[in-house]
Amino acid sequence: MSSSSTLINALFIFVLAGFIGFEVIRRVSPLLHTPLMSLTNALDAIAVVGAIVLVGEHKSQLAEILGFIAVVAATSNIVGGFLITDRMLRMFKSSRPAPKP
Amino acid sequence: MTAELAGNQIIVEILYLVASVLFILSLKWMSSPTTARHGIWAGEAGMVLAICGTLLHHGMRYQWIATALVLGTIIGVPLGRVAMTAVPQRTALSHAFGALCVTLVGSAEFYLRTPDISRFMMSVLSIEVVLGGLTFTGSLMAAGKLQEILPQRPLTYRGQNFVNFLVLAAALALAVYLVLHPEARNLFPLMILLALIFGVSLIIPIGGADMPTVISLLNAYAGLSAAAMGFVLDSKLLIIAGALDGSSGLILSIIMSKAMNRSFTNVLFGAFGQVQASAAAGQEERTVRSATPEEAAAILSAAGKVIVVPGYGMAVAQAQHKVRELYDGLTKRGVDVRFAIHPVAGRMPGHMNVLLAEADIPYDRLVEMDEINGDFPATDVALVIGANDVTNPAARTDTTSPIYGMPILDVDKAHTVMVIKRSMNPGFAGIDNPLYYLDNTLMLFGDAKAFVGSIVRELGGGHG
Repeated sequence: MSSSSTLINALFIFVLAGFIGFEVIRRVSPLLHTPLMSLTNALDAIAVVGAIVLVGEHKSQLAEILGFIAVVAATSNIVGGFLITDRMLRMFKSSRPAPKP
Repeated sequence: MTAELAGNQIIVEILYLVASVLFILSLKWMSSPTTARHGIWAGEAGMVLAICGTLLHHGMRYQWIATALVLGTIIGVPLGRVAMTAVPQRTALSHAFGALCVTLVGSAEFYLRTPDISRFMMSVLSIEVVLGGLTFTGSLMAAGKLQEILPQRPLTYRGQNFVNFLVLAAALALAVYLVLHPEARNLFPLMILLALIFGVSLIIPIGGADMPTVISLLNAYAGLSAAAMGFVLDSKLLIIAGALDGSSGLILSIIMSKAMNRSFTNVLFGAFGQVQASAAAGQEERTVRSATPEEAAAILSAAGKVIVVPGYGMAVAQAQHKVRELYDGLTKRGVDVRFAIHPVAGRMPGHMNVLLAEADIPYDRLVEMDEINGDFPATDVALVIGANDVTNPAARTDTTSPIYGMPILDVDKAHTVMVIKRSMNPGFAGIDNPLYYLDNTLMLFGDAKAFVGSIVRELGGGHG
């Protein structure tokens, strides 16, 4: 089971990821704060992997049922989140001609 | 976990690593509208990799997993197709779904692992389900208020903070007890129930005007609960995603609380429900000047620089497409038109930008408060449409005003201010706006959509 070293590893990852998050998100244009929120929401739904394991491993009836509902909830966030973020971002147009990539 | 990973597991872990990198890139590309859509592709790719990796890892019982994925997609697609005005309640609802997932997985893990669970693991698990539970009901309440199923005004009663505190304290006391005695499994549902109740009672005293802050805060909570779930499952990917989401919510909460002039601790503890005292007293008769659409059109077309200040009232009146026509008409006449966006314009962070972008107004014409405030003195006309408190000069000067200290758009410094408003009734917060009585202010009384439409017609007819 989890020893204290995996805990320390996890804490390292959490703190460093938090820093990266802060630095990256500070630079997000306020113009895009609404799509940012729907995008992070979709990314957060990566929790679906934990739920998938619960359903797949079938360790108990209860775990399977709870896991099933959790997969449904998270999947709807992934699908809905990416869809609406994409719809919003497609609406943002510049008055200048788009720069050639 | 054992030190040696099987070959299959190494592949899975590498897939998770790639997904983590893609998630971070995804947010990085959101820094500018020109690269933002790459961000979605990166996010989607990361998501697909992670899910495939998970399926690879646990080669069993695909049937129910597939059913759940399909069901989730069926629910998710309509949630991705809501109107842009409904995005705030959709976002709140998705916070609720995310928190629901976290809480359910945490509960399942509790029953699978207890009583043989380390104290650390039980502590993190408690954080996961308590945070998840309160975010679930809190977000549902927020969505209900935004959708106007629930009353928008704050519901307060005496001793409310004390009751809320008691509920939370009881939930935390149960959590501590469970950490020490994980075999007391029948106390677990009670802890979750208390967290659910706390989520409801947290949002009850909060009014509609505070929703941008509340949504951001719930976003942070949802992220943190997901990170806690990552600790429980020892999933680095989930810890990273949760930390990214949590810091995003935190940053937006800070921005929103600054824009509303609330202290950050005030926001953290959810005490943003203070009822704003209506400063309606001492209303002597003051005169306002009003103008017709013809006069407004004449002033606008003679102007060199115009700044439009949109508020949520514009979206309520569905006036944004007429505003776009006005923008087109004036731009064609060589008038420089820009839009000043207050951070809390709209009902969630950045909402006004989305509403205007939907009406095909180019995003480089949308300027944030801090950037545009210095330009008002050199502006011929500031046109305020459906915004009120964010233009109230009393926030700068009147220490007795309930909104004193709130950063505002300095529209009163423009040569001419025009305010489209239905009547002289004070706005949502019940605060009188001295802007309307200034010598350089013209009131344009009427429905925003109809009035802007009339101005557009005047502009079109009066060529030459």
